[in-house]
Amino acid sequence: MEYFDLIQLVAKIIFVVAVCLGVVPVMVWFERRGAAWMQGRVGPNRVGPFGLLQPLADVIKFIFKEDFVPQNANKFYYYLAPMVALIAPLCALAVIPFGSKAIIFDREVILQIAQMDTGVIFILAFAGLEVYPVILAGWASRNKYTVLGSLRGSSQIVSYEISMGIALLSMLIVYGSFNAHEIVEWQSKNYWGALVNPVGALIFWISIFAETNRLPFDLAEGESEIVAGYHLEYGAMKFALFFMAEYVAMIMASALLSTLFFGGYSLLPGMDKLISLIVAHFAFGEVGAVNVKAVFEFISIFSKVAFFMFVFVWIRWTLPRFRFDQLMDLGWKILFPLSLINLVAVTIAVYFLNQ
Amino acid sequence: MGTINVSKKYTAREKAYLPAILIGMKITLKRFIEGFILRKHNTILYPEKKRDYSERFRGMHFISVDQNKTENCTACFLCETICPADCIHIVADEREDEENQYGVKKEKRPVSFDIDSLRCCFCGFCEEACPKDAIKLSRNYEMAVSSRDEAIYDLDHLKRDIKGRG
Repeated sequence: MEYFDLIQLVAKIIFVVAVCLGVVPVMVWFERRGAAWMQGRVGPNRVGPFGLLQPLADVIKFIFKEDFVPQNANKFYYYLAPMVALIAPLCALAVIPFGSKAIIFDREVILQIAQMDTGVIFILAFAGLEVYPVILAGWASRNKYTVLGSLRGSSQIVSYEISMGIALLSMLIVYGSFNAHEIVEWQSKNYWGALVNPVGALIFWISIFAETNRLPFDLAEGESEIVAGYHLEYGAMKFALFFMAEYVAMIMASALLSTLFFGGYSLLPGMDKLISLIVAHFAFGEVGAVNVKAVFEFISIFSKVAFFMFVFVWIRWTLPRFRFDQLMDLGWKILFPLSLINLVAVTIAVYFLNQ
Repeated sequence: MGTINVSKKYTAREKAYLPAILIGMKITLKRFIEGFILRKHNTILYPEKKRDYSERFRGMHFISVDQNKTENCTACFLCETICPADCIHIVADEREDEENQYGVKKEKRPVSFDIDSLRCCFCGFCEEACPKDAIKLSRNYEMAVSSRDEAIYDLDHLKRDIKGRG
C-alpha cells in the first residue's frame, strides 16, 4: 500500500512534468511558425519536417554556448533567478487536476499530484513567486537595462496580481471551495465559470497575460526599448531556462484559467456519448469505463490548455506593446475598480440566490 | 506658430477597446488560416527561388572578354576618372604585339584593375564612360563576402565567364 502510493505519486509527477516540458519545444516551434503564418511568411522550415526539429537545434546551440557570468554580477542571485523562474510555475502545476480519477490495480488514483483543500491558494502563492526571478535577475546582473526591465516587470506583476486575485476571489465565492477538484465538479454540474461570471473571467484572462510577461504586456523585456530587459545578461542554458520558464508559466496560467473558468477536466459536450460508445464497443467493464473517462478528461483539459496557448500566440501577433503609463492606467484605473465592483455584485448575487 | 490639435474624442466603442481587439484578432486569424491551410505566403524561399529583377539591374561588375579571353579594356582611365566613389584603380602597361587585337602599334592594357565594391555606389557611370564596352555591371546581386579583401575585385575576378549580362 505504501509502495503503491509512492509509485503512483512519482508517476503522476513524471507525467505532468514530461507533458509540460514536452509541450515547450512544440510551443516554441508553433510560436515562430504561427508568427510567420500570421505575417504572411513561411517561418522556420529547414530543420526536420516542417522545421519541427528547430527547437532541438536551438537546444544544442544553447548547451554548447559559453557559460558567461558578468564581472560584477552577484553570483548567487544570478544563478538563483533562472532556477526560481522555472521551478515556481512547475510547482504550481501540482494542484491542477488533470482528470477525476483512474482505477489502477483495483486502487483509486486521483489524477492530481497534491490533493490539498487550499489548492487555489497554493497556486496563487507560487504564481506570486514569479516576480522574484524578474527582480533577482535584473538586480544581480548589474546592468542598467536589466534593472529597468525588472523595475517595470515587478511593478507590472504586482499591480496585475491584485485584480487577478480579486477576480479569483469572486469565483471562489461562487464555488464555495478552495479545492480544485470541487471547483471542477461544481462547473460540470452547473455551468462553466466564464458563463456564471464573464467579467471576472475577462479580468483574470487579461491579468494572466500581464503575469506571464507576454505581449501586449511584455514591458519587462521590451526588446525595442531596453534591449532584452531583465534577462539581458543571461546566455547559454541560463537563458534557455528563462525561455522555458516563460512557456511553463504560460502552460500553468492556461491550466489555471481553464480549471477555474472553463470547466477544467470536465468533459466537453459530446464526449460522454463517445465514451459510452467506446466502452460498449470494446466491452470494458466498470473499471475500464472509469479509465476511459479519465483519458477523455485529460484530452478535455489538454485541448483547453492548447487553445489558451494558441490565444497567447494569437494575441501576441495582434496587439502592439502598451506604453508603461497605459499599462498602469489599465491595471489600476480600470481592472482594479472593475474587479472590486464585480466582487461586490457577485457576493450580493450569491447571497440572495442561496437564500 | 499655429498649432493643429489632432487629438480626437473617442467614442464609447473605441474606449471599450475590446471590440477593436476582436477586429484585430479576426484579421490575424484570417492571415493565420491563409498561411496554415492555404499556404499563401508573401515571401519566397530565397536560395531555391530567386526574385526576378529588372533587365537593367546593376549588380556585380565584370569586364567583357573577346574570343581569346583577352579583356577588351585598353586602360584609358575614363572609368577611373568618372567614378564618383573613387573605387576603380587601374595600373596600365603596354600590350604585347601578339595579343594586340586592335592592330594599333602600341596598345595599352591594364596590369591590374581593382574595383573596391565596398566603396562602389553602383551608379553605372563607368559602364557609360567606357569606349570599348569593356566594364559592365552584371545582374548578379549575390555579392556577400567573408572578408574585406574578397570585396576588392581584381582583374581575374572581373574577367570571369558571364553570359550576356549574367
